Amino acid sequence: MSSIKIEVDGRELEAQAGEMLICVTDRNDIYIPRFCYHDKLSVAANCRMCLVEVERAPKPLPACATPVMDGMKVYTRSELAIEAQKGTMEFLLINHPLDCPVCDQGGECPLQDQALGYGKDDSRFEEQKRSVPSNDIGPLIATEMTRCIHCTRCVRFGEEVAGVMEMGAPGRGENVKISTFLNRSIDSEVSGNIIDLCPVGALTSKPFRFSARSWELRNHNSISPHDCLGTNISIQTLRNEVERVLPVENSDINECWLADRDRFSYEAVNCERRLTHPMIREKGKWKEVDWETALAFAAGGLTTVIESGSAADVGGLAASTCTLEEFYLLQKLMRGLGSCNVDHRLQQSDFRDDAVAPSFPGSEAAIADYSNFASVMLVGSNIRKEQPLLSLRIREGWAAGKTQISAINPVQYDLNFELTNCELAAGPNLVSRFASLARAIASETSKSLPEGISKLADASNLDAAARQMLEAADNGALILGAASQQHADASLIKAIAHWIGDATGNRIAVLAPANSAAGWIANCLPGSEGKNVTQMLSEGLRAFILLGTEPELDSIDGKSALTAMENAEFVVQISSFTSESVNAYADVLLPMAAFAEAAGTFINCEGRDQTSKVAVSPKGEARPAWKILRVMGNFLDLNGFEHITLDDVMEEISASVNLGSISASSRLKDWKIGNRTPSEKGLFRIADMPMYRGDVTLRHASALQATADNPAPCALINPKTIESLSVKDGDNVIVKNGSGSAALTLKVDSAIAPDCVHISAGFPETIRLGGHVMVTLEKA
Amino acid sequence: MNSELIASRYSSRRVAANVCLPDPSIDKPWTLESYRANGGYQALEKVLSGSIPHTDIIDTLKLSNIRGRGGAGFPVGVKWSFMPRAADGQKYVVCNSDEGEPGTCKDRDIMRLNPHALIEGMTLGGYVMGATVGYNYIRGEFWEPYQSVEQAIKEAREAGFLGKNLFGSGFDFDLHNYLGSGAYICGEETALLNSLEGKKGEPRFKPPFPAAFGLYGKPTTINNTESFASVPAILRANGDWMDGEWFKNLGVENAGGVKVFSVTGHVERPGNYEINMGTPFSELLKMAGGVWKGRKLKAVIPGGSSVPVMPAENILKSNMDYDSLQQNGSSVGAGSVIIMDETTDMVAVLERLSYFYHEESCGQCTPCREGTGWLYRILKRINSGRGTMEDLDTLLDVANRIEGRTICALGDAAAWPVQSFLKHYRHEFEAKINAGITHSYPTANAA
Repeated sequence: MSSIKIEVDGRELEAQAGEMLICVTDRNDIYIPRFCYHDKLSVAANCRMCLVEVERAPKPLPACATPVMDGMKVYTRSELAIEAQKGTMEFLLINHPLDCPVCDQGGECPLQDQALGYGKDDSRFEEQKRSVPSNDIGPLIATEMTRCIHCTRCVRFGEEVAGVMEMGAPGRGENVKISTFLNRSIDSEVSGNIIDLCPVGALTSKPFRFSARSWELRNHNSISPHDCLGTNISIQTLRNEVERVLPVENSDINECWLADRDRFSYEAVNCERRLTHPMIREKGKWKEVDWETALAFAAGGLTTVIESGSAADVGGLAASTCTLEEFYLLQKLMRGLGSCNVDHRLQQSDFRDDAVAPSFPGSEAAIADYSNFASVMLVGSNIRKEQPLLSLRIREGWAAGKTQISAINPVQYDLNFELTNCELAAGPNLVSRFASLARAIASETSKSLPEGISKLADASNLDAAARQMLEAADNGALILGAASQQHADASLIKAIAHWIGDATGNRIAVLAPANSAAGWIANCLPGSEGKNVTQMLSEGLRAFILLGTEPELDSIDGKSALTAMENAEFVVQISSFTSESVNAYADVLLPMAAFAEAAGTFINCEGRDQTSKVAVSPKGEARPAWKILRVMGNFLDLNGFEHITLDDVMEEISASVNLGSISASSRLKDWKIGNRTPSEKGLFRIADMPMYRGDVTLRHASALQATADNPAPCALINPKTIESLSVKDGDNVIVKNGSGSAALTLKVDSAIAPDCVHISAGFPETIRLGGHVMVTLEKA
Repeated sequence: MNSELIASRYSSRRVAANVCLPDPSIDKPWTLESYRANGGYQALEKVLSGSIPHTDIIDTLKLSNIRGRGGAGFPVGVKWSFMPRAADGQKYVVCNSDEGEPGTCKDRDIMRLNPHALIEGMTLGGYVMGATVGYNYIRGEFWEPYQSVEQAIKEAREAGFLGKNLFGSGFDFDLHNYLGSGAYICGEETALLNSLEGKKGEPRFKPPFPAAFGLYGKPTTINNTESFASVPAILRANGDWMDGEWFKNLGVENAGGVKVFSVTGHVERPGNYEINMGTPFSELLKMAGGVWKGRKLKAVIPGGSSVPVMPAENILKSNMDYDSLQQNGSSVGAGSVIIMDETTDMVAVLERLSYFYHEESCGQCTPCREGTGWLYRILKRINSGRGTMEDLDTLLDVANRIEGRTICALGDAAAWPVQSFLKHYRHEFEAKINAGITHSYPTANAA
């Protein structure tokens, strides 16, 4: 590419030879109208709105598809250009309904805006306007296809960015209809982006429909709490209600996209199950009380437990979606009481490497690097559902032919890219297969493989995957996903990953749920003196403080969690929502501000800290969790709880952590290979956390709960495995593990690893089953 | 194939020179035997066994002055020289037999009567451009021509004129027919490529051009059936091997050789006429038996429905070549001469033409998708007596706003008839508007 000069409307501009004219004019703030062009999508050149006059060209040319040449002279506002743009606008409007007053896009509609600039007051069109039927395409997106102007942005987004061809343009001429195929629904986990892309009101947000006008809304820049990317969002509010969430462009993180999880979770804020008043249980009955009473009751209950035993009888559990400040104050409160039993890692079960762990689980590569890797190795990762936007980055590199991706996964996940090598291995086999990969790397590089790892390896041949990683060296990534981190031998997997990272030069990423990085940095961890979450839940404690979590649903091992809560003498629940199971075991409910109602700091997998601001005031009597913890500290007569503002909390944290300069490393400080967790006989239960069940906010977001990504729990089994059992496809079965059981429908799915049953956690139906355990099946 | 039926239709043809259409005296000209007996595959054999440099063939084609027969009239030799012959990887030659232009039926007869000329021409093209695979994209409705070419390909394969190591030269070439599904737009070369790839038949934005990024993204040259079928005869040059002058001299300056014109409409003997470029229209009309029923000539569309209409006085002073027709306000197009007699209702004709473009627009570009329907609906209204004088201005304006604003030329093709009909026959439109709905005119289409 060589630098050239072109002239646009008399201005001389620098450009790169071959780039499209519209890129040059956009860069120089010269406005050219457009509908089909979008800088993240391929050029379609079909809307013909960006026609401009180019010297010596016989007809107007589309700026989006005209490569610049040295000395080119362009006129964007000449008579020819304006006439061409006006012509296109007239054609666009003849069949477009004049229903702006009832159209949700009104006020933020590129067609409306550009019609003002290039349209006429009245129409010469006297024929009948076209009407197009609108099909129901799911709970997230409303359709009004008569308004469609056929720009095909939504079609191209699906094909090119999301990697699923859900929308198409069947038909010819006037009968082209943008629609899903065969009336299917749109099920992509990033589908909401087509709402933003649609330049008219054909595709609008279903949950937001008819609730506000764009000009009435106030923007509040914030951070989405649901994954470890720290997606930048704008929370839009009207009269102290959250109305919708839109992306804020950040080229380092989410570009201009948003996962549906980040876009539609706000519905929980306005849901009916919000906890709005402090409540205490008196003689088995719930009673609304004021804050003073509730806090005194909570402090009194905790004090009673401590006085009749010790502070170590109390445990604190925080949801991974909490903010840095909340994590910090909870652990400060616990340590102030004299207990180190504090943790936020509800989905994890192996903590043997805590002492040598890096400062937080994260990605050694920047998020933006993920679209340029030569190799990506996924280990126990359904990245498309766990970190949807990171998956789009990987897909981008794959689609451009840069990236080869391989995986060792318990399930053949439906990813949005193809895998070069895929090993299907769950439970103990996942560790063996990963160790075999290390062995293959050792033999390719003639490095000596530590004995601990070689003992774990099985007979599988992973030479191809090993070569893929070695060729990429530091331009490759090794991703440990949810299944690796939740694994009973997660510490073994991390140790092997450490060795492989050193041997290949690949960059390691441990993509932990939500704001886990902040939980680590705030030391919301038991350290060597306290009990970790598994110990707290399986051994039980006399009292718990729960911060934004429903442990029986947030933990993979719901059975232990529920048993621990039921057996505890005193449970303080700080939450934004009420739930029947929590009501059954808690003793005091303290209403906390929900998503969008409180400020706080999020730290993403790169170690980047970002702050979200308050968008609306909390519902009812709810208060920001940091204030609740701070005042609880006062009620418990603890020192150091004098913060007036959130900044005071942040200042205190900053004294020990320099937030601006944390960098992510996933290398262990020291490592050794521990022993395998002994496994029992039976079928191994693969327990995943479905993407819309992972935190309490998501579980209350009604539209997300109705999507295809949130099916009712069932037992999935490999067709080969079912042959050896006395049950068949479609049977209602009882899945048992010791005393735990769940009644589910059995379905055959060849994507599941053999000798396993896939049963999702995060649902009331499966709480009683326990975590990644061996189970048996019998006909109901 | 019903050879009697073909023979009966064939006998009605009047041919002035035999390049693409075989001499009517030849028995079963579509067979390999007949084709061989009349010089067929000699050119291919000479080129391949003599290892004649591809540049020599391109030079001959350039000298012969053959221009593309599909409608755009781009010189064939120049087009073939664009292919990056030396580039690594697969390259393709594609024949556009999606003959869908209303009024055109020449490629159909070439495929029915002279399929081996097409096969030989495409194989020569493959050799010149370094392509080892060719596709012949045939219009969906052309079942009979499809079978004819299928049979010919089979014969050619068996005889060793298609396949591996042709004539011991080391050059491989194979050819496949592909039957379309009846969309006019798939005759646009890039839409044709998309359709051939199994995608929706929508034209691609150019650049990149097919010679750089064509079928499956590989360098590809697309020519019309008649262009390919002319190549063997041009090389044979009636005995003066590889002398481009022979073909050139059959025509006039700027348009070499002979060309098949499909004469349809109000004539006594409609049919395909292969005549010298530059033949006066009046002679062509005479060959076709003149205007039928002794009526007077009113207008002619000389190149298929996409080119401007010419009133009788203009066409009668024109010759059938690119320059002459252009001077008189139209174009050779695909050589589809539609004759209209004095009784023709020009408003009804334009309504029918506009219906065609409205129906066949792919719907990709805004001006064409929305504009063709608008044009048709206004015309339908005018033709049924419900038009206004403002409608005529709107018509012209809409046509002008479509012309030159779309990815492919279908938009232009929809606009040009409207512009030319209004230019020459505005009084007829005005008369219909003034007459109002008291007069009932048969409409071309009730859609």
